[in-house]
Amino acid sequence: MATANPIDYLPIIIQFIVAIGFVIFGMIGSHLLGPKKHSKVKDDSFECGIEAQGNARLPFNVKYFLTAILFVLFDVEVIFMYPWAVNFRDNLGNGTWFWEMILFVVFLMLGFLYIIKKGALDWD
Amino acid sequence: MAPYFFYFLAFLAIFSALMVVFSKNPVYSVLFLVMTFFAIAGQYILLNAQFLAVVHIIVYAGAIMVLFLFVVMLLNLNKELEPHKSSLLKLAGVIASGILMLTLIGTFRGATEQVVGAGLSDGLTYNNQVGLVKNLGKVLFSDFLLPFELSSILFLSAMVGAVMLGKRDKEPIEL
Amino acid sequence: MDITILIYQAILVVFIFSVSLFVAMYSTYAERKVAAFMQDRIGPDRAGPFGILQPLADGVKMFMKEEFIPNPSDKFLFVVGPCVAMFTACISSAVIPWGDSLSINGHILSLQVADINIGILYVFGVVSMGVYGIMIGGWASNNKYSMIGAIRASSQLISYEISMGLALIPIVMMSGSISLKTIVEQQQGIHWNVFVQPLSFLIFLICAFAETNRTPFDLPECETELIGGFHTEYSSMKLGFYLFAEYINMFVSSAVMAALYFGGYNFPFIHSLGLSHNAVTLLGVGFFFAKIFAFIFFFMWVRWTIPRFRYDQLMKLGWKILIPLAILNILITGALMMIKAS
Repeated sequence: MATANPIDYLPIIIQFIVAIGFVIFGMIGSHLLGPKKHSKVKDDSFECGIEAQGNARLPFNVKYFLTAILFVLFDVEVIFMYPWAVNFRDNLGNGTWFWEMILFVVFLMLGFLYIIKKGALDWD
Repeated sequence: MAPYFFYFLAFLAIFSALMVVFSKNPVYSVLFLVMTFFAIAGQYILLNAQFLAVVHIIVYAGAIMVLFLFVVMLLNLNKELEPHKSSLLKLAGVIASGILMLTLIGTFRGATEQVVGAGLSDGLTYNNQVGLVKNLGKVLFSDFLLPFELSSILFLSAMVGAVMLGKRDKEPIEL
Repeated sequence: MDITILIYQAILVVFIFSVSLFVAMYSTYAERKVAAFMQDRIGPDRAGPFGILQPLADGVKMFMKEEFIPNPSDKFLFVVGPCVAMFTACISSAVIPWGDSLSINGHILSLQVADINIGILYVFGVVSMGVYGIMIGGWASNNKYSMIGAIRASSQLISYEISMGLALIPIVMMSGSISLKTIVEQQQGIHWNVFVQPLSFLIFLICAFAETNRTPFDLPECETELIGGFHTEYSSMKLGFYLFAEYINMFVSSAVMAALYFGGYNFPFIHSLGLSHNAVTLLGVGFFFAKIFAFIFFFMWVRWTIPRFRYDQLMKLGWKILIPLAILNILITGALMMIKAS
């Protein structure tokens, strides 16, 4: 395997700088070029043509929150699979390598079945 | 060139960590925390721990912080609703976090001595490819197999807990 | 690394950046032309011959429009939102191998900005950052439509991220690497991954549609119910950034799909033509872009063919169908590889 070093990331930093430059250029450019005319009604937030009622930052359905928690858990599990998958081809003769992940996936699927059984993912 | 990157990232990390604490608006705090994680991921890359760096971004900045943002939005922490904290609470917070800092500093000093003392690394024979995903996987799935499998049980219990908290059967949720 | 390599890489970054902006610009034109073709219309035809200058006119118009920041909004975050969306779209192309290497005067010049060890995970990380642009923009607007659109969008993005990550694991298992360059190199000639991993490709394709907010997954900005979703309040270049970021994302995800599943810059009979190395490389770049354009056309074709999902259908597809399918695919791939080896 070829050696990898932090220097490999230098072009990515260049790309970051170019992207930031483009974004700032676009923002400042359009800010300077566009007309600026303000009025009280115009600066109000849009709400079907009527006056805005109250604050938009209202609490929302707990389902979204649950989705986010489950996402965090599944995301970590997916990340755990990558170091395993990279080494899989070199360990084909090593039977336990496969069963290790089976055990992991079985626990994952148990949790998944529980989630589905409880209807946490039902949107109605 | 590496020291300059180190100092820049360290400055960024400390600055945004301070801004997390000093921001009045919780949404800004969350976004500064994301910035802190990016700076720390940069430090991992300087240490050639590439997999850890990208995991740090995917899991912490991309998943846990999204959850935090959801919570901040869900709990409706508007500026006018935030209760004023008493100075006694503030003092207690300072003392508690000061003790935590002392503990952490002590732990890390001890860890350095242990690593050097046990001959794990003397700075000369250190293999800098050890943080790559392939080498990490080899160690994780042989030496640290038991903690890995136990973590799946931890995830299972976390899933059950999340569902229990989020889904109370047939009970209207007033928020 | 000496200074000439650094300059070469800076030039390459700027060049690829311009190309991706150019392709994204003309994707908007192509989209309108494809839509017109499918609906038996003519489409834009006023600016220049066949309306070929239409994207330029649109760009200038966006640039010159009044920038509007509503009073109840969080003004700083209102500006940051589209910047984050555009920034994440622009940096994702860094790890894509656009072609093999060119050798000029004895220098070997790679046509990839950064061949890093964790290529796929880099793309994955950048995609996971894309949520922030939408969430910040929707929250900062302080508008009910924007808020609902932002929450829907972020839930959708995070749900499909899991299946996306799982779909790629069989590819990693087969190639033993997560560097995009290595994966492309292993698909010599016609040994493309799509023939051995069709299920993985299908899941990834669906997730790519969901991650780029394209129809049938365009619920975050569905005009009929949410006005414009998370960008209801946006105007001028800020709206332009949001819309443009979508097209850049479409371009980059087409490139990732072409690289991972359709052999990237490889094409059949690559070595039996008897051409020089540089000619083969340039031909490969041409083939790679042909594959990308085919995918972009496919994105548009689907947009004008399939109606939008309902939100519960979207969540059901993401969680209850794609995740179990992706895990099943991993297990089947593992078992087959073990059987083949023994």
